[in-house]
Amino acid sequence: MSLKPLRALNVDDIGVVCHIRAVGDLARRIRDMGLVPGTGIRVVGRAPLNDPVALRLRDFTLTLRNNEADWITVEVPE
Amino acid sequence: MTAWVIALGGNPNAGKTTLFNAITGAHQHVGNYPGLTVEKREGHVSVDGTDLRIVDLPGIYSLTSWSEEERVARNVLIDERPSAVIDVVDATNLDRNLYLTVQLLELGVPLVLCLNMMDEIRKSGRILHTQKLASLLDVPVVETVARRGEGKKELLLAAIELAEKKEKTWIPLRISYGADIDPVVEDISKLLDAEKDAALAPYPSRWLAVKYIEGDPEVRDLCHQNTSLGEKIRGLSDRLQAHCQNVLDVQPESLMADYRYGFINTVTKQVVERGKNDLSTRIRVSDAMDRVLTQQIIGPVIMLIVFYLMFAATFTLGEYPADWLKSFFGWLSNFSARHIPEGLIQSLVVSGIIDGVGGVLSFVPLILIMFLMVTFLEDAGYMARMAYMLDRIFRAFGLHGASVMPFVVSGGIPGGCAVPGVMAARTLKSPKERLATLLTVPFMNCGAKVPVFLLLCGAFFGNNAARAMFVITLASWAMALFVARFLRSTVIRGEATPFVMELPPYRMPTLQGVLLHTWERAWQYIKKAGTIILAISVLIWGMMTFPGLPQEVQQGFEARRQQVAVLSETTPQADAKAQMLAIDAEESAAALRNSVAGRLGSFFEPLSELAGFDWRTNIALIGGFAAKEVIVSTLGTAYSLGKVDPEEAEGLGERLARDPGWNVATATSVIAFVMLYSPCFVTVVTISREANNWKWGAFSMGFNTIFAFLVSVLLYQLVSRMI
Repeated sequence: MSLKPLRALNVDDIGVVCHIRAVGDLARRIRDMGLVPGTGIRVVGRAPLNDPVALRLRDFTLTLRNNEADWITVEVPE
Repeated sequence: MTAWVIALGGNPNAGKTTLFNAITGAHQHVGNYPGLTVEKREGHVSVDGTDLRIVDLPGIYSLTSWSEEERVARNVLIDERPSAVIDVVDATNLDRNLYLTVQLLELGVPLVLCLNMMDEIRKSGRILHTQKLASLLDVPVVETVARRGEGKKELLLAAIELAEKKEKTWIPLRISYGADIDPVVEDISKLLDAEKDAALAPYPSRWLAVKYIEGDPEVRDLCHQNTSLGEKIRGLSDRLQAHCQNVLDVQPESLMADYRYGFINTVTKQVVERGKNDLSTRIRVSDAMDRVLTQQIIGPVIMLIVFYLMFAATFTLGEYPADWLKSFFGWLSNFSARHIPEGLIQSLVVSGIIDGVGGVLSFVPLILIMFLMVTFLEDAGYMARMAYMLDRIFRAFGLHGASVMPFVVSGGIPGGCAVPGVMAARTLKSPKERLATLLTVPFMNCGAKVPVFLLLCGAFFGNNAARAMFVITLASWAMALFVARFLRSTVIRGEATPFVMELPPYRMPTLQGVLLHTWERAWQYIKKAGTIILAISVLIWGMMTFPGLPQEVQQGFEARRQQVAVLSETTPQADAKAQMLAIDAEESAAALRNSVAGRLGSFFEPLSELAGFDWRTNIALIGGFAAKEVIVSTLGTAYSLGKVDPEEAEGLGERLARDPGWNVATATSVIAFVMLYSPCFVTVVTISREANNWKWGAFSMGFNTIFAFLVSVLLYQLVSRMI
């Protein structure tokens, strides 16, 4: 297991959300969408310019920008 | 007895609107909440003799007060105190959907849980223990398939039963937020219980305490209205905040979200039995589609094809009804002209009212067709993918990926219309990005500007006309994006709104949903045409008609006509007719020059000459505010050519090319001005409506015109020095 910023994940990588440092509006939106520590995620795609990124979590697909993903640390299997 | 009020709440994409349509059918109406851009949908239905008023709340993910939608939903619950709330949840995505459910239960509303999309659950082999869910949450649970209307009656009956049982008493659910937070929630709610005033009375104390700690701005303001109570609560909350920060290195609000999800997990663990092949068919099909439709290279190519098809469809399908409307209003004009005696009244009815309203209504087929497609793509889930693919580019200009549709519809590919374009921005939920989009889409090449460009390109750029049109299209995109960037760093500056967005699974939109939605938007537009737009079109007619020519000048023209009439006995008929027409055209030109618009045109000439515009061009541009189609025909009148059909303007082109006052520099300058200056008034009205503020409509008129003038002056001065 190692810790990685969400931005560094490639398509099809999986991981578990470990820490979210975002505050304010962004933090609230992330939480409201169910992205909280302990949630399992899989990167399902990246937009043509590699940004935003699309994630599968719980039973739906969420997209967020790379600069928003920067606030999220993910624990990934080696 | 007055009807029970039942509110319909839930996450976006959970099928709430589909269910609302299935329940109310055509018995619904859409408006706006006063002062807000959020749509207000209400409908009526009668179940076994009980009348119900159904209020569709905006789709939300959480019950805080950070977005307009959330505030609206919450205020409806508090102010209307519905007898029951139906919470529509996507059964295939229970975890996230229950986050809102839990917050509704914490507020204590009488709640019926509607497990929608149950067909998907059955197909996926997943098992949901509905009864278990009902007993764990202590709420009635009803399974539905909204697309097919399955379960809607059971749902309404459950809501009625609950409403009768609860009689509007609210019983808030208590969730444990852990050893650090629970005591503070307890202390604050005790304080509130003791000192709560009338303003706070409708809210349960515990819920206020929870929301206060979460930092909810509306609840904090409410509590602070009572200064002494506010101070006490603030003290408790601040101490908790500091404690969590120092000891646990976490904000209390995120800790509370963790506990809420924890509660949800314990529920879903007992309720959801995941099959071996866990993902639902819908998600699997959707994933497979995404691998092609949002693939990094193929995705954008397909998107371009979709745009192209949209325009091809608009033009091939839109042509017929637009022609029918045109001939109908043509017939109506002729009919009125025949039955109303010649004079001012006839002119008012024919040129002011019928032409004005006809011009406005001729947009309706276009709006219907465009919206049919936009709504289809939106409901199908493809619009979210467009936003996802293009966000990186639009974001660089302070916009949002979802700005793409408004831009394209407005004429990102030449020939659109800014009115449906502005209305298409409704899907954009980020307020600043949305406003910047509303204000910049009018720069696109709408179908009414194209004839002006074609005329001038044909007359002054000869063989390069096609290339010139291409450059104009690119220039309008560049200008729109540049201005968006400018606005976002000045009048609408501020951080980008977080993008965090759901990509809903693809699905086939329901016919009813698409038709209802399309009709709503067209109807809102038609209603406007009947009132404000009619008034402005009469005003512009008046400006171009009054005060009319002085009597002696009129007599001069009359004398010349007589002369021709006398001479016609000796000259060939055709010649005399041509001379008559020439005199008529000259008289119209003289009358136009003498009108208020003409005088304005002459008044502005000393200034507009900097950009190469003479008084004739000025009048045409003033007329263009009514509708850009008017520019070509007004130029025709001003150059004494009589009636000029905008689509066959070769004569006018030749005339302009020969005119000493026109050259390549003038043409370039006029093209730039027409591209950038004030949107037509229909668009201005639509912008004001969508931004919910007349200030922004006025801003787009003033700012765009000044900006256009500066660009035109610059271009005119540059180009005339180059040639």
